[in-house]
Amino acid sequence: MSEAKGWDRNGIAARAAQELQDGWYVNLGIGIPTLVANYIPQGVNVTLQSENGMLGMGPFPYEGEEDPDLINAGKQTITELPQTAYFDSATSFAMIRGGKIAMAILGAMEVAENGDLANWMIPGKLVKGMGGAMDLVAGVGRVVVVMDHTSKHGESKVLKQCTLPLTGKAVVNRIITNLGVLDVVPGGLKLVELAPGVTEAELRAATEATLV
Amino acid sequence: MNKVYPSAGAALEGLLGDGMLIAAGGFGLCGIPELLIAAIRDSGVKELTVASNNAGVDGFGLGVLLETRQIRKMISSYVGENAEFMRQYLSGELELEFNPQGTLAERMRAGGAGIPGFYTATGVGTVIAEGKEHHDFDGRTYILERGIVADLSIVKAWKADPSGNLVFRKTARNFNVPAATCGRTCVVEVEEIVPLGSLDPDAIHLPGIYVHRIVAGKHEKRIEQRTVRKREAV
Repeated sequence: MSEAKGWDRNGIAARAAQELQDGWYVNLGIGIPTLVANYIPQGVNVTLQSENGMLGMGPFPYEGEEDPDLINAGKQTITELPQTAYFDSATSFAMIRGGKIAMAILGAMEVAENGDLANWMIPGKLVKGMGGAMDLVAGVGRVVVVMDHTSKHGESKVLKQCTLPLTGKAVVNRIITNLGVLDVVPGGLKLVELAPGVTEAELRAATEATLV
Repeated sequence: MNKVYPSAGAALEGLLGDGMLIAAGGFGLCGIPELLIAAIRDSGVKELTVASNNAGVDGFGLGVLLETRQIRKMISSYVGENAEFMRQYLSGELELEFNPQGTLAERMRAGGAGIPGFYTATGVGTVIAEGKEHHDFDGRTYILERGIVADLSIVKAWKADPSGNLVFRKTARNFNVPAATCGRTCVVEVEEIVPLGSLDPDAIHLPGIYVHRIVAGKHEKRIEQRTVRKREAV
């Protein structure tokens, strides 16, 4: 992270953790979003929801203390906390759909300037399914997407229009990439913050979407 | 009336038929009805449609019934962990209906609660919404999703009493509750059958009215993603 420009995976996660507010119930997706839990600021008390039926998700267990009855939505073994509550999947998605979860932090394959999100399917490749992502983006209070700004080939993933099948239409509020932070506003995306060492010209060059 | 059966095979006796719709509990390999799945394999019943959040892995969970080609169609939200599933799906041997996870859970809950359909914003503007009735409420667009009523539910709980009252353990509750309620008949496998009166009536997760047959047995409870942290030096 020292020499390269912008944020690495952990840098993106640390920046995303700054979005969390004390007292919030939050759902973290798989991948970079899972790392956000490592950077929750001191004094900010958030309760993590796991959509397979748990509030108050704790850290990974010590070796030898894994419990097959206690996993997160990524099927990883986890632990419980003093405030943990368990419930069934219908109840879990009732709280998601019902707007009780303040924020979801999710990964993305593509995001568009109107807040469209694509993160579940690449046509012609293996299709694994959307899991709970469509329910989360439709139901939670605020959707923050964490992602690389461009593909391995240097093509922008922050687009005027998504090319992949959508997870949700006009659902994203804020985008945090290796290059900076963007908000979805009327007319396009608004630059909120540049990652360390990144210039506005560099972010603009990597962005296909309209910047207002 | 006796609800307790001596084996998973005995508990399914007379309930299975080719082409039936089965709702199965579990999330990944957590809380899956592994004994009943093995008994369904042994029965040879085929052309099944199975509503289950996942499709197991190769050689375990519902993956067992995919290997024997007893499943014709899956209704699931995520099937990424299973190579045989992908092979059959890509070759056209297996039909797949993707449901968003919360929509699948609510379809089961609704079916069990006598609600034939419900409106949800989940999936609006995506391929999931294609061909479904759209309706605006208070300025927001929703789609109509149907409740699921299954011919048979197969679920796994931690403990049952002989009347069928169930208690689940930690995140193994997951889809087991909605799956149990949406079946015309529900068969439950548990780790332990405890005497009547030993479960706190205020702490029953699913009342016995939903449970028709119970079998107790030893569970493998395989872990899909064993993830641990290092102990800090003391």
